[in-house]
Amino acid sequence: MNKVTTLDDAMKKVQDGMTIMIGGFNGICAPIRCIDQLAKSGVKNLTLISVTCGYPGGGFDLAPLFVNKQIRKVITSHIGTSPEAQKEYKNGDLEVEYCPMGIWIEKIRAGGFGLGAVISPIGIGTIYEKGKQKLTLDGKEYLIELPLRADIAFIKGYRADRMGNVQHRMVSPNTNVVMAAAADYTVVEVNEIVDVGGIEPERVGTPGVFVKAVIRGNSIEEHHKIYEDLWVRTGCLKQKEAR
Amino acid sequence: MDYRELIARRAALELEDGAVVNLGIGIPTQVANYIPEGVEVIMHAENGVLSYGATPEVGRQDADVFNAGAQPITLLPGAAIFDLSTSFGIIRGGHVSAVILGTLEVDQEGNIANWARELAPGRLGPGMGGAMELVSKARKVVVVTQHVVKNGGSKILKKCTLPLTGKGVVNVIITEKAVFHVTPQGLVLKEIAPGLTVEDIRVITEADFTVADDVCEYRIN
Repeated sequence: MNKVTTLDDAMKKVQDGMTIMIGGFNGICAPIRCIDQLAKSGVKNLTLISVTCGYPGGGFDLAPLFVNKQIRKVITSHIGTSPEAQKEYKNGDLEVEYCPMGIWIEKIRAGGFGLGAVISPIGIGTIYEKGKQKLTLDGKEYLIELPLRADIAFIKGYRADRMGNVQHRMVSPNTNVVMAAAADYTVVEVNEIVDVGGIEPERVGTPGVFVKAVIRGNSIEEHHKIYEDLWVRTGCLKQKEAR
Repeated sequence: MDYRELIARRAALELEDGAVVNLGIGIPTQVANYIPEGVEVIMHAENGVLSYGATPEVGRQDADVFNAGAQPITLLPGAAIFDLSTSFGIIRGGHVSAVILGTLEVDQEGNIANWARELAPGRLGPGMGGAMELVSKARKVVVVTQHVVKNGGSKILKKCTLPLTGKGVVNVIITEKAVFHVTPQGLVLKEIAPGLTVEDIRVITEADFTVADDVCEYRIN
């Protein structure tokens, strides 16, 4: 068993019209090498499942996919961080299906973990309930939220072995761990590939059974540099005080 | 004092020792700077963190340590990290004591509308993010807003006109001029900024409200 493969080989799985999930949160802890390759590949007519539509202010991660008009529909909690997605949406070139953030991830969990639906009170009394099936239990109203699955999921991890076991670091579990389970073909982009046994069992955040392909992305040093540059460029870090 | 700082200093007084707090973007983020002495709060970020601290200096950040606004943060001793499912389980399960957030509209029935405007005909946005869960399930919902919008209209309405984020969920409304509590009997004016009268507040507020017996001068920390 060896799930380690190249970005090019993994990308051959993506075809026009597919539903794809992309992990991370607002562009951080996202599989940015895979996204770049997806943008270059020219595949189109995609349905994208992503928690938001990218890094606030745009110009990073998912932005080229919207600029290239590769996305037909997005299933998300928010498009406000992405000027590129908003432009397509306003033009009428992008369909948007909104979902409250926590319900969005539960729908993916249901899709990955064999459940028929999630029964949720969120959005009752708002226009969000329009068109959704309802259920009354003990006199309380709930919405029936159907599962979400994808043909391909691209997620980000820190380290992985050839069996597909993934270790996450710091605040990077976010959407990545749940998504891994909810696609027919899950690709994990990591900073390091280690020998089997190189990740202690209790450090495995995503078990290898969910993963079909492991890609070596940016080194951890490159990874830190990319986000330092991004955060400096967008004024998100505190300037050093004179000492 | 800048109105944003004033509102943030007042909103900080809503937090009790031990509270688990989620702060929205904008003015709410500033509340963290004015937590009263002796009050220890646990900050929750939707992307999967409890107990985060200040923005790091250049060179002291970590590419994988950030808040829901994608900004770098620091983790405090006692911090915990988890996935998005657990993060919203914490919210829906009622473990968040208070959420402080801004809004497009709020009304006298405690309705809040902050997720959708018409971006183009028939096309709503920008989306609810985590706001629907937070306003529905946080134990205390504090809305912070400027009292009147730029064109002079009241931000506190009789009835929201935009699509609701939550129905009857708001507990406290804090502006730079007044503090209201939302009760089953309607809005109650609790505090008034120095130099203003109840009549002044009525003139700039579309919503109906009554005046608390113990109405007092606007407090800040």
